[in-house]
Amino acid sequence: MPCIEARGLRKAFGTTVAVDGIDLRVEEGRILGLIGPNGAGKTTALNAILGLTSYQGQLRVLGRDPWTEREKLMRDACFIADVAVLPRWMRVWQALDYFAGVHPRFDRAKAEGFLAKTTIGRSSKVRELSKGMVAQLHLALVMAIDAKLLVLDEPTLGLDILYRKQFYDSLLNDYFDRSRTIVVTTHQVEEIQDVLTDVMFINRGRIVFDCSMEEFESRYLEVMVNPEQIAAARALKPIHERQVFGRSILLFDRVERQQLAALGDVRTPSIADLFVAVLSNQSGVAQGGAR
Amino acid sequence: MSTPSNAVPGSPLESQATAPAVITAGRRMYWSVRRELWENRSIYIAPLAAGGVFLLAFLIALAISPRHRHEPLDIPYEFAAALIMGTAFIVGIFYSLDALYGERRDRSILFWKSLPVSDLTTVLSKLAIPLVILPFLSFAIAVVTQFVMLLLSSAFLLGSGLGVGTLGSRMSFFHMSLMLLYHILTVHGLWYAPIYGWLLLISAWAPRAPFIWAFLPPFVIWGVEKIAFRTSHFLGMLQYRLTGPVPSTTTARSGNLMEMMSALTPGQFFSTPGLWVGLAVAAIFLATAVRLRRYREPI
Repeated sequence: MPCIEARGLRKAFGTTVAVDGIDLRVEEGRILGLIGPNGAGKTTALNAILGLTSYQGQLRVLGRDPWTEREKLMRDACFIADVAVLPRWMRVWQALDYFAGVHPRFDRAKAEGFLAKTTIGRSSKVRELSKGMVAQLHLALVMAIDAKLLVLDEPTLGLDILYRKQFYDSLLNDYFDRSRTIVVTTHQVEEIQDVLTDVMFINRGRIVFDCSMEEFESRYLEVMVNPEQIAAARALKPIHERQVFGRSILLFDRVERQQLAALGDVRTPSIADLFVAVLSNQSGVAQGGAR
Repeated sequence: MSTPSNAVPGSPLESQATAPAVITAGRRMYWSVRRELWENRSIYIAPLAAGGVFLLAFLIALAISPRHRHEPLDIPYEFAAALIMGTAFIVGIFYSLDALYGERRDRSILFWKSLPVSDLTTVLSKLAIPLVILPFLSFAIAVVTQFVMLLLSSAFLLGSGLGVGTLGSRMSFFHMSLMLLYHILTVHGLWYAPIYGWLLLISAWAPRAPFIWAFLPPFVIWGVEKIAFRTSHFLGMLQYRLTGPVPSTTTARSGNLMEMMSALTPGQFFSTPGLWVGLAVAAIFLATAVRLRRYREPI
């Protein structure tokens, strides 16, 4: 059974179509990065998956319909929404008590263990904590839940680089174990490139790109082309070209590495570069200096 | 099976094998109500403060006005209960208006919805505050306040040389408390249910300013009815709901609380159609609020 399966998932707010017929299949044990520009429909799609919004089309998450079975789904799934949503009046011990009181899969000792590694005091109120500490607290609570699916929507928004790095490190080291599935959206694409097993680009409510990281690494190559060989390089039909410090960087899909090595320095592109390439090809709009 | 070597004792895998705890509906409800009390401490602080202030005033009255020593009337006792219940009623109104609106305003609804607690449990736990917690709490605080008043006036009576017997001639303390409990359970717990249902519904629905949305529509209906039909049935209905199921001759809320409460026997109260109509309306309001909360997102 796939963890998430959607067919023709659609959601419109009035005349604005936020999600426009998404087909999606996420298998168990994957870490999927959902990448898209602002307003692409990422959060709406995730909200549908989490039972926070109604939708059209077919959607099963862990075998359930999230809209009608949110309560049951949340025993096996948990999420951190895009901005800090922990209630500001709550004290840390109250959050621990409450989770232990209502969540059948919450392991209090585990959460206390995660918190012991931080400087968060047991009697602190959420409003007294810094943004980074609130994220640490939320992550400690969520990681202590033995869930099958974890959804993170911009979990590190507004955090400094140290907290961001620590966030993904503890997620990988203390939480992920191949039987869990994680779906994450973020604008800091570079930071999660090594974390992901799959990547998906979403734009204007549609999925415009979907591949595993293994495939990504074997298919896409980026070459900083020597100026004299630019014509030869362009003949190989790059999917994208950009200029950095006067030199052309060309992005190729399914071109042999040896063939490219003759043209300049070859390397695996970043997800962000591919994202810009895919989006600018798709919309015809110049993005990120593409031309 | 494939990798038995992984099952090393003490490995992280071991702790994950623990069976999920069984969480009953009652336990979820209990923690949901506790969470409301954590967030809204005014639920118990306000009635406690009302009791404390009243006791202080009573003490001053005893000390400066000798008349009170000789006339230990029931009225201050009823007034104490009325003050505490009135405070609880006001707290209940403001609590209900904010209950489902506040969580959308501060975005914490996303947090609450990430937990396996249904919208029904959430709305019912929020309804339990004005309908169950506040009545019992105000009853307990009122009884304690009255008991302290009794002790104080007894002490003053003894000090002034009069017998304590004059107190005994009045309605017995136990009887008074029982009447109070009856009043609180019937009026605050059942009769007012549609009021709190309405407030929770508005709280779940209002895009902003739930206070205005809750109080403006009744006002408009009253005005339209007055101008169009020159009648005030709607106003009468609201009055009936607020004052309780008592004959209109005793609607004055001041003083004769005991009289008001003894006006209706349980048999009469439970055969009042207004009670059942009110409960039905409350159920509709609440069902709508539960449904609305499912669709609600942060504002």
